[in-house]
Amino acid sequence: MLLVHCPYCEEKRAEIEFAYAGEAHIARPLDPAAMSDEDWARYLFIRSNPRGRHHERWRHIHGCGRFFNAVRDTVTDKFEVTYKAGEPRR
Amino acid sequence: MTRFSAFSLFAKAFGGHQSWPEQWPDASPKPAYDAIIVGAGGHGLGAAYYLAKKYGITNVAVIEKGWLGGGNTGRNTTIIRSNYLYDESANLYDHALKLWDGLSQELNYNTMYSKRGVMMLAHNVHDVQSFKRHIHANRLNGVDNEWLSAEQAKEYCPPLSISPSARYPVLGAALQRRGGTARHDTVAWGYARAAAALGVDIIQNCAVTGIRRGGDGAVLGVETERGFIASKRVGVSAAGHSSVIMQMAGLDFPLESYPLQALVSEPVKPVFPCVVMSNTVHAYMSQSDKGELVIGAGTDQYVSYSQRGALHIVEHTLAAICEIFPIFRRMRMLRTWGGIVDVTPDRSPILGKTPVPGLYVNCGWGTGGFKATPGAADLLAYTMAKDEPHPINAPYNLDRFRTGRLIDEAAAAAVAH
Amino acid sequence: MSGFRLDQGGRVDRSRRVSFSFDGATYRGFAGDTLASALLANGVMLFGRSFKYHRPRGLLGAGSEEPNALVSVSRGPGRHTPNLRATAVEIYEGLAATSQNRWPSLKTDLGAINDRLGMFLPAGFYTKTFMWPRSFWDKLYEPAIRRMAGLGEAPSEIDPDHYGAVYAHCDLLIVGAGPAGIDAALEASGTSKRVILIDEQDEPGGGALDDPALWSWLNESLKDLAAAPNVTVLSRTTAFGYYHDNFVGAVERLTDHWAEIGSGPREKLWRIRAGAVILAQGAIERPLVFAANDVPGVMLASAARTFLQRYGVAVGKSVALMAAHDSGWRDAFAHARAGVNVAAIIDVRETIDAALLAEAQALGIAVRLGHSVIEVHGRLGVKGMTVARNDGSAATRIACDALLMAGGWTPSVHLWSHSKGSFAWDEALGAYVPDRPNEKVRCVGACSGKWNFGSGIVIDALPTPRNQARIKAFVDFQNDVTAKDIHLAVREGFKSIEHIKRYTTTGMATDQGKTSNLNGLQIASQALGRPVTEVGLTTFRPPYTPQTFGALAGHAKDDLFQPTRKTPIDGWAEEHGAVFELVAQWRRARYFPQGGDDMHAAVNRECRAVRSAVGIFDASTLGKIEVVGPDAAEFLNRIYTNPWKALEPGRCRYGLLLREDGFITDDGVSARLTPDRFHLTTTTGGAARVLNTMEDYLQTEWPELDVWLTSTTEQWAVIALQGPLARQLLEPLVEGIDLAAEAFPHMAIREGTICGVPTRLFRVSFTGELGFEINVPAAYGRALWEQLMNAGAAWGITPYGTEAMHVLRAEKGFIIVGQDTDGTVTPHDAGLDWAVGKKKPDFVGKRSLARPDIVAAGRKQLVGLLTDDPAVVLEEGAQIVADPAQAIPMTMIGHVTSSYWSEALGRSIALALIEGGHQRMGEMLHVPMPGQVIRAKVSSMVFYDPQGARLHV
Repeated sequence: MLLVHCPYCEEKRAEIEFAYAGEAHIARPLDPAAMSDEDWARYLFIRSNPRGRHHERWRHIHGCGRFFNAVRDTVTDKFEVTYKAGEPRR
Repeated sequence: MTRFSAFSLFAKAFGGHQSWPEQWPDASPKPAYDAIIVGAGGHGLGAAYYLAKKYGITNVAVIEKGWLGGGNTGRNTTIIRSNYLYDESANLYDHALKLWDGLSQELNYNTMYSKRGVMMLAHNVHDVQSFKRHIHANRLNGVDNEWLSAEQAKEYCPPLSISPSARYPVLGAALQRRGGTARHDTVAWGYARAAAALGVDIIQNCAVTGIRRGGDGAVLGVETERGFIASKRVGVSAAGHSSVIMQMAGLDFPLESYPLQALVSEPVKPVFPCVVMSNTVHAYMSQSDKGELVIGAGTDQYVSYSQRGALHIVEHTLAAICEIFPIFRRMRMLRTWGGIVDVTPDRSPILGKTPVPGLYVNCGWGTGGFKATPGAADLLAYTMAKDEPHPINAPYNLDRFRTGRLIDEAAAAAVAH
Repeated sequence: MSGFRLDQGGRVDRSRRVSFSFDGATYRGFAGDTLASALLANGVMLFGRSFKYHRPRGLLGAGSEEPNALVSVSRGPGRHTPNLRATAVEIYEGLAATSQNRWPSLKTDLGAINDRLGMFLPAGFYTKTFMWPRSFWDKLYEPAIRRMAGLGEAPSEIDPDHYGAVYAHCDLLIVGAGPAGIDAALEASGTSKRVILIDEQDEPGGGALDDPALWSWLNESLKDLAAAPNVTVLSRTTAFGYYHDNFVGAVERLTDHWAEIGSGPREKLWRIRAGAVILAQGAIERPLVFAANDVPGVMLASAARTFLQRYGVAVGKSVALMAAHDSGWRDAFAHARAGVNVAAIIDVRETIDAALLAEAQALGIAVRLGHSVIEVHGRLGVKGMTVARNDGSAATRIACDALLMAGGWTPSVHLWSHSKGSFAWDEALGAYVPDRPNEKVRCVGACSGKWNFGSGIVIDALPTPRNQARIKAFVDFQNDVTAKDIHLAVREGFKSIEHIKRYTTTGMATDQGKTSNLNGLQIASQALGRPVTEVGLTTFRPPYTPQTFGALAGHAKDDLFQPTRKTPIDGWAEEHGAVFELVAQWRRARYFPQGGDDMHAAVNRECRAVRSAVGIFDASTLGKIEVVGPDAAEFLNRIYTNPWKALEPGRCRYGLLLREDGFITDDGVSARLTPDRFHLTTTTGGAARVLNTMEDYLQTEWPELDVWLTSTTEQWAVIALQGPLARQLLEPLVEGIDLAAEAFPHMAIREGTICGVPTRLFRVSFTGELGFEINVPAAYGRALWEQLMNAGAAWGITPYGTEAMHVLRAEKGFIIVGQDTDGTVTPHDAGLDWAVGKKKPDFVGKRSLARPDIVAAGRKQLVGLLTDDPAVVLEEGAQIVADPAQAIPMTMIGHVTSSYWSEALGRSIALALIEGGHQRMGEMLHVPMPGQVIRAKVSSMVFYDPQGARLHV
């Protein structure tokens, strides 16, 4: 069970307090209607799934309730950093 | 190839088993092949075998970064069934099931396919509706699947608790009698030996580091730790690492890789006659030929390649097992392990051509790849040999994510209302 | 039959005699004995039978590494535990243990025929045979294999014990309370750190328990630790797994050693998060590989010394030693000093430390250097051995009744391996030792590869003049893997240790290879002619030793498995005989049988009441979300398919929610209370998911919107009053709300009081009748329900359950998300185009509705279906075809999603998803069922009151 640092609570808490929420920095397009089917499918489904540094979202669902971003190594599962939603990609 | 039989076993015994040959030679790469398969799991080795056996392409290499059969083939809970809802799925998995039947004889290698029956438990009205839908669809598709009352389910699997006061009482079950299990390692070994006998090179400890493409975009071959190997046909069958390989060809795939844990108990005398699955309570179990209770756990929630899962997943799984089979509460967990499963948005595989000419893919099997092994292998071989998908795997294309024609069995199982 | 209790020595309490039984025979031991030591003291050497060949087996070890001596312990109904190690079972008065995997008895086991046939059963034999004739596999071969396999019998009754679980946090966790672990704990006890020291044995001390010279140190140290307020010492506690971020799982065994079982938990799961971890797990001695090294009485030298010094038991009257390592010499000397005859010390090495030789001479022990054991005599127990020079010459028979093996040591690096620390190969030790850590952890003492046991050589198998292919020299004792099996695997092309392990099963028994892994690696390395490091490293996986399912399940059983959510009115329903159904985590009243009603009769009665008078229904499980803020309407406008901005306060609207891929995921009627406040409802099962989705969009996509979301599902009890008499019933009870039709139209909300309780009163209907949904604070739910029942008695009020609710809504063609839709259905497919805001530029899921296969013809669409024979009720899930005469596999064009007997219409009705269904109105289709084909006609989904006249009254 991972230890996750919530950037809002500024505390490390057990993973069972958190819900993983998928890859980070995939913003919903501002004008979906203008997009091609290919580009829309890319937004919906294509994920980087890297071996190594992964930008991802978590929600402190059994805590403050906030969504935030993290960089985690998918080979070691170790967090490099967590940061608030809306902050630039690390 | 020395033919395996009781007779050969008997004969070799008198020579102290000194004269058994290697089951497959450890090949070194040649400069070029007619076809290359990346990934020596059951799917990849099987594809090489069928390329050679059915489609006459014998100048084939299977390239593996570790040891053959060391990935999900050897890490899964070996459940085999084909009672899927949609026509596309039923066709795919039943193609595999038909190949499982007789695979030992075809490969001359005992893969221990055991038709023990796979029973899926219904715990609420919604489950009943969903299973009935499956059963009716399966019947009209010629796939066996039958409804059992709770009492019939208990008769089929005596350790099952059908107490009406259970938190999730058993209301009935769907049973596929042709479903069952097989011995996972022997599937990889059997295909490896049979493929090698037909001239396929199995190249282990040789990681693919790149996919070389020509000016027209088509595949020219693969870069590996042991140099470039040329081939105009490359099939990727790399399970959890598929998206990494596809990215080498410049292709982004709708895949994510998650840790999936499984566990076994200490071996006990035969006590559990079939496979039981419960999606509502989240557990599934069978007993291996060796006597271990083989139990599947859920995936961890985050993307990972670590093959390392969390304890709370195991806790939840065993709580679920003890709920359905309370007599096993005193059994003991012997070993847990993790695999990496590649999951697509609709949890169905991608099996066919890719936008890169000469590059073929077989991935996205999620938690259900083992049961499809012979079928997926055969269909990948067909697609590579003909440069077009077989009608069975045609729906499993990449384009469905653009057009919206998803094959979403999990969505069809839906959610409670 | 040659072990015996020494007159003195050991840590057992000789003042407390304990009687117990093994295979029905009664024996006596002392408090502090294990089953193994007590049986040895009684002269028992034979403990079990091996897995494959059913060979007689005694003890190899003295602790949790034991592969052979597995027993079952039964202590009353439901308390049967198989596969326990005799070396780890503490005896208590009345303990009843039995041996396993033998028939008819341990001494005469017919399964031992496999041993005679062993030449035909090499590693992987099963892959090569049992294939002909094909039909024999299912009925004959496989069942036979299964009967031969397995160890003990599984429990057959429900375990009456319960299990506990705790979380613990500490600055320092020390695993292993041997001298190294105790030293580490003593050092930390002087700091402010919170320390937990855990040990798997019944008392702390580890290796010190085997050495009387350390006992006074041990006593003092444990006293100091007990006095240290910051140190917790847990005995009988096994740290079984090391997980991410210094999270260690451990199980404490609380009651198995008691003669009388009390009321407490049997075992307790400790989930420990540690700031730092010290692993002090020690090392395990390695057996030597030679012919018949498994005869009962052949054991690890260190184990024999444990029995001697810790338990005061000699393993034989005349013991011999076969050594490749100095440590065994000291064990042999200890026996000699305790008065046990040492028949000989055999050492495979040519030269030995002079001090050891001198000591042997002083003790009068015969020594043979450069010799090896080439055969062990005896079947059920050691009677002697034949030794020879390493070149095979000078074979000599030596009598002895126990043979100790000293093959060197293997550091216990299991938890280090779980933590993903790296390893270095130590050539001198012939072992992998911890190298770089992956967590905040370090190893101390023997598990780090540092020990003071002396030196030795590393050897794959003892030299023998005999044909290696003809002898059984065991590597993995429990799984019956011999050196020649590993050679065979290598010969057949299995070249990595992972392959060899899987092909031969070495290291895969219940001891997880604690005594066999390194020997297996060495033999494979020799056979392949490659260094061990190229053969591989087997990774250890949790658990360190097998752990009880129940302990891992913890409290989560029966009612605590998962909470059952109950509404405030649930108790009333239970008292009035409701039959419940489970929906998501909730239980809901399905119907209220009266007299001898079956479900059909009850549901018909309930439906009639709603259509003709008034029914009352507990709708409290509906998900509820309060959406508040200046941008609330804008937010809902983006989330739902339909427009929300123009909705006036006091009015309600049906909301349809899609996933971003365009498929329906939830729905519900919601109300605008004030310009900046909405009361949303969701499906029962979808509430949490919907709230999470809304939070996600609000926090991450549209943070500029000023909106707050609050789950209010459990704040409100919701009572639906439905039926033509609902208004008359309600009128006298409500204050502050004008219930007149024009003042309070369908799809409106008003706030006021009912029976003096504040309420949000919705005028909505899921039945097609005049209806109200009364929201009151949850605490008043039951009281209001009872008031309504009282007040409604005169109007014929009838409680109805979810089943009648389903029928009533189906008669009106109202869908249930998750039943009539399944995650592949769009609004158009469901006939809900009217709920999609055509003019809205965007909403969640809109873009996906324009994808090629979503706008293509031939999609499955929701329609009504009426059977030709009105008495026939279709089965939900039944498949629909156009041509019933076709052969299997048939082309199916849809399926029945909902199907009921409609009491109001006097016939059956159904909803179905059918290909191109909207274009098939009036078409006759077919439902092929086993034994018959049912004809049914496509119809409108609205079967009852299509004009909605009954709603607007």
